[in-house]
Amino acid sequence: MKAAVVVFPGTTCDFDAYDALKEGVGVDTEYVFYQTRDLSKYSLVVLPGGFTYGDYLRSGAIASRTPILDAVRDYVEKEWGFVVGICNGFQILTESRILPGALTRNHTNAFICKPVGLRIANAETPFTEEFEPGERLSLPIAHADGRYVADPATLQRLHKNRQIFLVYDPENPNGSVDNIAGITNEKQNVFGLMPHPERFWHPWLGSDVGIRFFRSLVRRVRHG
Amino acid sequence: MPVYHAELLVYLRPDLLDPQGRAVKHALNTLGFHEVEDVRMGKAIRIRLQAENDSQARDRLKEMAEKLLTNPVIEDYRILSLEQEP
Repeated sequence: MKAAVVVFPGTTCDFDAYDALKEGVGVDTEYVFYQTRDLSKYSLVVLPGGFTYGDYLRSGAIASRTPILDAVRDYVEKEWGFVVGICNGFQILTESRILPGALTRNHTNAFICKPVGLRIANAETPFTEEFEPGERLSLPIAHADGRYVADPATLQRLHKNRQIFLVYDPENPNGSVDNIAGITNEKQNVFGLMPHPERFWHPWLGSDVGIRFFRSLVRRVRHG
Repeated sequence: MPVYHAELLVYLRPDLLDPQGRAVKHALNTLGFHEVEDVRMGKAIRIRLQAENDSQARDRLKEMAEKLLTNPVIEDYRILSLEQEP
């Protein structure tokens, strides 16, 4: 299998995502640039964190209108593999409407960079299978626009389909609705989360709990 | 083709918390402006564009707003002004 790490102008977490996949999980990983129009040869596409286009207009807004997002949309519809958006990558996925809702300014109005407490809200998704139901973990966050919001109908659908796979617990750092930290789409082939699992992929970084998300996906790709 | 100057105003939808506006409101209250009940911060976007006429300019601005300039999930906008360049 092959994995792609998408690089836009202003992406900053591409090396970490690459290392987590290549060194941590042993997947053949390539950087692909935002002009790319075909992702069909990859089993996994990661939109890493950063500050694409300087966060101008809205975080992720300009990146979400680049050609590669048409390729991502196509990739998702044809179910060629999995898409993961981390932090700014999550913002790009909501801005492009591939995932529902939106990410707006933290209720504290501040950029927050620290490890936070989280809980696995659904351990039956391809991204969370290596976790126990309700398992608690800690991952770093680093964002100013991480407050997930959605209209009541969307929220109801997210709960009903168990699309919320990760929640802040016990403290919600950004004021997101229902403590949402990560969601998937209905088909469970797209995952978006504000915390950074790729920053906790090796004990050298303080923890390797993040690698379990990537291992879950890779196992699903390799063994179905 | 005539040239138009447009100004768009974009605000977070009224049902959403605006942390910047809240901070500014608190600051105004602290300065003694106790009559201030609410502050909402938005952004203004000035655009110079070519258009055949006023209504075509409006249509194009609406398209721009929907395609890129605003996120309708969280924002409302209006065209504040549209004037033809003399």
